[in-house]
Amino acid sequence: MGERIVLGPFNRVEGDLEVQLEVADGRVAAAYVNSPLFRGFEQILRGKDPRDALVLVPRICGICSVSQSAAAAAALREAMGLAVPANGELAGNLVLAAENLADHFTHFYLFFMPDFAREAYAGRPWFDAARARFKAVHGSAAAEAVPARAAFLQLTGILAGKWPHTLSLQPGGSARAVSAAEKIRLYALLREFRRWLERHTFGDTLETIAALDSADALAAWAAARAPASSDLRLFLEIADDLGLARIGRATDRFISHGAYPLAGTPLFARGVWQPETATVAAFDPDEIREDLSHAWMQGEARHPWRGLTEPDADKDGAYSWCKAPRLAGRVVECGALARQVVDGHPLARNLVARDGASVLARVVCRLLELARVVPAMEAWVQALQPGEPFCAQGALPDEAMGCGLVEAARGALGHWLVIRHGRIAGYQIIAPTTWNFSPRDAAGTPGALEQALVGLPADDARVPLAVQHVVRSFDPCMVCTVH
Amino acid sequence: MNLLWLQSGGCGGCTMSLLCADSSDLLGSLADAGIRILWHPSLSEESGAEALDLLAACAAGDLPVDLLCVEGSLLRGPDGSGRFHMLGGSGRPMIAWVQELAARARYTLAIGSCAAWGGVTAAGPNPAGACGLQYDGEAAGGLLGADYRSAAGLPVINVAGCPTHPGWVVETLMALALGQFDGDALDALARPRFYADQLVHHGCARNEYYEFKASAEKPSDQGCLMENMGCKGTQAHADCNLRPWNGSGSCTRGGYACISCTEPGFEEPGHPFVQTPKVAGIPIGLPSDMPKAWFVALAALSKSATPRRVRDNAVADHLAVTPAIRRTGLK
Ligand code: SF4
Ligand code: SF4
Repeated sequence: MGERIVLGPFNRVEGDLEVQLEVADGRVAAAYVNSPLFRGFEQILRGKDPRDALVLVPRICGICSVSQSAAAAAALREAMGLAVPANGELAGNLVLAAENLADHFTHFYLFFMPDFAREAYAGRPWFDAARARFKAVHGSAAAEAVPARAAFLQLTGILAGKWPHTLSLQPGGSARAVSAAEKIRLYALLREFRRWLERHTFGDTLETIAALDSADALAAWAAARAPASSDLRLFLEIADDLGLARIGRATDRFISHGAYPLAGTPLFARGVWQPETATVAAFDPDEIREDLSHAWMQGEARHPWRGLTEPDADKDGAYSWCKAPRLAGRVVECGALARQVVDGHPLARNLVARDGASVLARVVCRLLELARVVPAMEAWVQALQPGEPFCAQGALPDEAMGCGLVEAARGALGHWLVIRHGRIAGYQIIAPTTWNFSPRDAAGTPGALEQALVGLPADDARVPLAVQHVVRSFDPCMVCTVH
Repeated sequence: MNLLWLQSGGCGGCTMSLLCADSSDLLGSLADAGIRILWHPSLSEESGAEALDLLAACAAGDLPVDLLCVEGSLLRGPDGSGRFHMLGGSGRPMIAWVQELAARARYTLAIGSCAAWGGVTAAGPNPAGACGLQYDGEAAGGLLGADYRSAAGLPVINVAGCPTHPGWVVETLMALALGQFDGDALDALARPRFYADQLVHHGCARNEYYEFKASAEKPSDQGCLMENMGCKGTQAHADCNLRPWNGSGSCTRGGYACISCTEPGFEEPGHPFVQTPKVAGIPIGLPSDMPKAWFVALAALSKSATPRRVRDNAVADHLAVTPAIRRTGLK
């Protein structure tokens, strides 16, 4: 084995991350991903009144707290056997979409792009533009994007009281009914955000971006105007120069829980993308096991219905607090790219067919979701019916089980709730980054990021930029990962 | 002033909340007040070894830290080792870094209820051994000890809240930078008084329902949330209904109870959060400044005098009865 280097603290991700690399001949030969923070939410939840999950689980994560709320509400809903009225579904979709889009936006402007403004890239043709626009804290994008994001999240002030950590998402729908006047304000906020995206992010209409149907179409669109004309075009120029379409590939096996349901049909489909056949298969949650062989956790691999969270800081061979979820024994990737591939968006499918999952494909699909979901939100707001119910009511059973599967910005999030004697007897959570940043399993198979890092250049041990681009292309949320 | 921001056993939500500040240019306003961000885990360029070098220079006193902001609770477990949170790449527990940096800092701020008291991370069996910087729940002490004073002579400033409101953080930082903040600006729990001298109840849009004890019975009802839905707005120290969240929101405007997230120990209320504990039908947690007998008598009286509009709207999710238009002769 060659040299071993430890990278951390890994910043501009949500939460705590450390990456260990084995380097041979200047390239990554193996990667070990460590989530160095354990809080123990699954233990905190045990023994509580099941409704308390609605208060506690959003606090797993401040960047995707609504996703956690939505998963808990869905698990309680299944346990209570409730059906949500149309207004409740629309309001729930709007709050979750607001958070997911704000995440994509925050990631692009504050977490991901600042790496291209680093001195190491001085001399590249795009460097001066990238530095002026994206330099961390000081670039023009930070000054403009932070207030644009805050304005957009005013949606959550109306729909959810506050963000993060709302309690408005309930098993039966939303505790916050929207009035006719508020409908107009929500619509106006969405149109304002659309204008910002069309002016700065895309330099084009959302509909044009959503209609791009292949890598060639994307390249032709980018070439039609100067790179400086929009943030996406500048990114595409950088990506082209640095070959970002060819780094960061993992298994190409993608999972999506399906997102934004309305009357039983999700806006984005549920399923598992099979790279061997290039087809989507049904997603069966019974095929999930959480492997603990390299986590600082006691016990054997289990399905989350029977899962345990018993930390063991001295366990031999372990190197992370993160468990290793596997679907039918296999490593899967989730996130915006996975969602769009499973849903069948032609651009996402074509990017994967050409080069597999990559830094470029992940970033493009997040931006694609901004273009696809804002118009959907405009339609959801229009469909709200003030005066009609927003929340179904029901009683909590003493004995029940419920599973809540949603799509957070970063991908598949699942909550498994077991109620016994009116109390929480079991609560297990698999977050998107638990899938993507899992450690090795008992077979020694590395997790998705661990695979995606192999082969990258790692000559500058202090700041291996290719490694940083790949890690951040997943937009990891480490506080969710271990929880 | 140099600002150093660290995150430990929390959710990062206080940072995310901060980025929702209603200023038109948050980072610009801080810079304008003379606040220079040395390092923030979500915002700064420096990663890995560069970030560790910077923290080491701060710990050694080579780089002065005027404002040390700590977000998230401090994790002492397992067995006092702090290994539940190691600062990535450093091989050292975060609690060791925080102790070392707090010994140098001119001001130390707990950002959010986790860093102030332990917060939700300390709920249930407190699996990670979470505590606050200078409190462990309601007990003074915490990681730094009750006697800790920062170089400027102040205890840890507890900008408590879960998450904390962006306005509370920005105004505290700016007041410190402008030299307009001293010990008198802190309440008995070392929270900035400009927001902690208020109650959530002040300015709540449900106050008319409260007056008549016209109460919500289920989620999405418009009535007062105190009698049935667990609202602690009459006891929680914060100005949430005077200063909006995300433009126009607040917990009670969002349709749910105030769970008193600015108070130590809020994470273990001893009852389901969204249900009001009662004895003989009377809520236990009555407004702190009001004698119980008076409350019971007034509640009985006001309930009997409740207008139909207020009574009916309290249990509807929209205005079922609108205010009457009556000619009074007064203009
Ligand atoms: S809902 Fe809470 S804060 Fe609002 S009036 Fe009732 S008791 Fe006061
Ligand atoms: S209303 Fe209460 S629970 Fe909500 S943020 Fe304010 S103090 Fe916290």
